[in-house]
Amino acid sequence: MYFGFKDLTIKYGRNLVVEDVNIDFPKGKTSTIIGSNGCGKSSLLKTISRVVEPDQGAVIFCDKAIGKYNPKELAKRIGYLPQVHQSPTDIDVKTLVSYGRYPYKKITSGLTEKDRSVIEETIEMTGLNHLSNRTLTTLSGGERQRAWIAMVICQQPEILVLDEPITYLDIGYQMEVMELIKSLGKHLNITIIMVLHDINLAARYSHQLITIENHHVHMQQTPRTMMKEENLNKVFRIGAQIFEDKKNNCPFIIPEKSTN
Amino acid sequence: MQTYISQKNSMKIIMITLIFLVGIAASIVSVCKGAAVFSVQDSIRALFLEDDSAARLIIWNVRLPRVIGGGMVGICLSLAGCLLQGVMRNHLASPSTIGVTSGASFIGYLTLVVFPQLFYLLPIGSILGAFLTTLGIYLLAYEKGVSPVKMILSGMAVSAVFSALNDIIRSFYPDRILNATGFLVGSLNGVTWKHIQLILPYVIIGVSLCFFLPSKMNILMLGDEMSNSLGIRTERFRFLLIIVSSLLSGAAISIAGLINFVGLIVPHIARLIVGSNYKYLIPASMALGYSLVVVSDLIGRTILPIGEISVSIIISFIGAPFFLYLLRSKSKNA
Repeated sequence: MYFGFKDLTIKYGRNLVVEDVNIDFPKGKTSTIIGSNGCGKSSLLKTISRVVEPDQGAVIFCDKAIGKYNPKELAKRIGYLPQVHQSPTDIDVKTLVSYGRYPYKKITSGLTEKDRSVIEETIEMTGLNHLSNRTLTTLSGGERQRAWIAMVICQQPEILVLDEPITYLDIGYQMEVMELIKSLGKHLNITIIMVLHDINLAARYSHQLITIENHHVHMQQTPRTMMKEENLNKVFRIGAQIFEDKKNNCPFIIPEKSTN
Repeated sequence: MQTYISQKNSMKIIMITLIFLVGIAASIVSVCKGAAVFSVQDSIRALFLEDDSAARLIIWNVRLPRVIGGGMVGICLSLAGCLLQGVMRNHLASPSTIGVTSGASFIGYLTLVVFPQLFYLLPIGSILGAFLTTLGIYLLAYEKGVSPVKMILSGMAVSAVFSALNDIIRSFYPDRILNATGFLVGSLNGVTWKHIQLILPYVIIGVSLCFFLPSKMNILMLGDEMSNSLGIRTERFRFLLIIVSSLLSGAAISIAGLINFVGLIVPHIARLIVGSNYKYLIPASMALGYSLVVVSDLIGRTILPIGEISVSIIISFIGAPFFLYLLRSKSKNA
């Protein structure tokens, strides 16, 4: 397996979060996990950042459990952006982006020429040039999210994991960030794994969707196969009309009513 | 753009140097001034010439160790606060607010009471006390990561218990604790070369370890998930920070007792001056901790015609208003 979860079970105390999860994320593709609130999507991702330890099973990367890797080596290959960001209030964009080079640093030395050029490139690529000296707190929500994504890209990962990257953004910034993620995935040819709440955006920007329902993986399918009335009913307890977005070549839905 | 950044950073280095120079100036004045005033020449002669003069006796045996010891205490407490605020990602953390001060002095007292002859055990006891208290509070507040609120609250509870125990020991064995006068009142009065020798190894180890921490500390400030995924073994690193901060605070507490305010406000003042990047925050805290304690002790020793005010009182009087002023002016700018 390139990357994925193998027989993964997570419990918080006695509460079962997810059980026997097996997901195989194909290399170079964008996969999105969707599911109702509290279904364990974020907990699944947190096992990748090792903040949550699985009770059984493991996160597998290149046929090896991620716990077997040296953390710094792993950090050069897997980038992870949590849902909620924490940072000092006075940090500027360039400094934040430069932290993405941490896995490449020796304990005492500063940034190398290589590090600097990667930082410059990343800032350029994510369109942050004019903002690079601004403090994070002075940026708009979308710009701030772009800066965080730039930091993770600066790690030069082959896998990018994003936990609800657009949750706190308005629709304009949501589109901006999704387009950025799409273009990064395409240009850098990286594997992207996300959790999203917006089914339509998930369907539009992903090669495959994974639904979690009742502690288990319900389905792992292409958006077109997934977006069926009975599936949406089962996972989100909604009725829905399903249409075809001909311009973007993907299905989209209009939710009808809660079937609770 | 590049020059703008480096200008800002060179400004920080200048500020740190200035603060340090203030501390050095205060140290020189401290050595010359006191109940008996010596000229600078006399003081210098007393420093280098071993004779029986009164100047040599007072300057070499009394004032110099007091200045150096005070400076060391300032450095240690500030760095300990600086690290603890990082470990708990909470600006209220400091050796005193999480109960480390009282824990360290309790074990310190205990070693004095149990082994009255073995004076050199005092710093080891204090360091052990600091370590056990920090670790205990860390474990109390631990639940899939540390909750800062829980940490501070349990710190307060633990602090209350140890303070009570300290009072008990003090009332039952006043004679044995008299050995370490400073230990009681948060004063630097009576700090000798012997005290400095006692804590020097721990201070050197603790302070030098601090120079390897900045880049990791900066990453730690981005949260556990982020620091894990950037390749840090976050929990293990926290544990190391707890050990280093215990070394520093335990050593300081064992010669100066309960100086409460330094570990809390110095890192804050430093942050207001140089920002939150640990690369600058650590040296700034060191310089500021040194200067604050030496200046405060100088004032405390010389402000009254007879007798002195203990350094912890002066620190509260000058530190707190200055801190409030900085807080106010910074928040206006922002």
